[in-house]
Amino acid sequence: MSHPDVIDLLVGIAPGSHLDRLRAQRVQARDNAQASYLALFHPAEPVDISLLERYAVAVFVAGLHRQPAVTAFYRAGLAAQPSLRLMLDAEIARGATAGPYGHYPAGPLSAEDKDGPTFTAITDVGPRLAAALGHSHMLVFHPRDASADALRKLEAAAWSATGIVTLSQLVAFLSFQIRVIIGLRALAEAS
Amino acid sequence: MPSHPTNFTQDQLDWLPWLPPLPAEDLTPRHWDGLVDPARAKSAYFMLLARDPDILGARTRTDKDIFYNPNAGLPRAERELAAAATSRLNGCIYCASVHARFASHFSKRSADVDQLLAEGVEVDLDPRWNAVVAASVALTETPTGFGVADIAALRTVGLDDLAIADAIHGAAFFNWANRLMLSLGEPG
Repeated sequence: MSHPDVIDLLVGIAPGSHLDRLRAQRVQARDNAQASYLALFHPAEPVDISLLERYAVAVFVAGLHRQPAVTAFYRAGLAAQPSLRLMLDAEIARGATAGPYGHYPAGPLSAEDKDGPTFTAITDVGPRLAAALGHSHMLVFHPRDASADALRKLEAAAWSATGIVTLSQLVAFLSFQIRVIIGLRALAEAS
Repeated sequence: MPSHPTNFTQDQLDWLPWLPPLPAEDLTPRHWDGLVDPARAKSAYFMLLARDPDILGARTRTDKDIFYNPNAGLPRAERELAAAATSRLNGCIYCASVHARFASHFSKRSADVDQLLAEGVEVDLDPRWNAVVAASVALTETPTGFGVADIAALRTVGLDDLAIADAIHGAAFFNWANRLMLSLGEPG
């Protein structure tokens, strides 16, 4: 089964268009942005983090970025999970805020510390996914608050070291993919 | 106990993982492919990311084309400026140190880069650098305010559309890199 290029799809880049020709000049970046998506959402073996967990985190992250088209794209991966989709919609609404905020190690940068909300899922998504959503909210909005203790919380919710690495890649990659889509959409609109 | 940096700097920093990197004896051909550059087997950061080698390999190849592709577009110095400004705003002291050094090296404007690190993304450098920093900031904020006004501002200071696409990718990529480096370990 072949998968369309997600960035082209969500920006609306047609073959032969101005944006298509621009992307063709950075073909490795284009192909590997797509290869990254495939590695995360169509993995050889989804060990340590299930496909359902991957799509649930993606819906949550895209929703926190207030990107309806991206959210809808990943929500399609949860087609068989209507109740989870509703729970995620509720968590997205509860998690809405603006970033980046967070704290620095005590010292000269403490003057730049910015407080903001921390997030705890309240719907019945299960302890593993609840821990992942809490961690994802921090990575989306206040990544400089990340800590070794935050990883211990994931471990306490049965996340393995490899699963935590993939979860971090998932949220971090989506933070990239969403911004490329937003940026190229603006460039297309201004062309 | 190692001392952790408490300020932005162009100095060379170390990075210490909070999870065990993959042991060298566990590396298979798939892991070597994910590391891309075999020298990266010496890095705790890349050996930790090697726990998921497929996404690591795709990440690294994306990174290399965005920053190292020499064909036209945004000069390397300004791709690094976008990376440094993004890292400054998100608060990644380690990432900012690396890409501030690269921005200084390629631009020969180390004092301006120091000023970005010291004052933050509101700094006033020159119109062209201000526009690259402002676009990186707009794209990094969540939710983003990035839009056609940022494109127009970049065109006004002389960026063509490939250069603008490079700036977008540079800032977007560091929203990926910052979140990995911040969440899996700390500078030492």
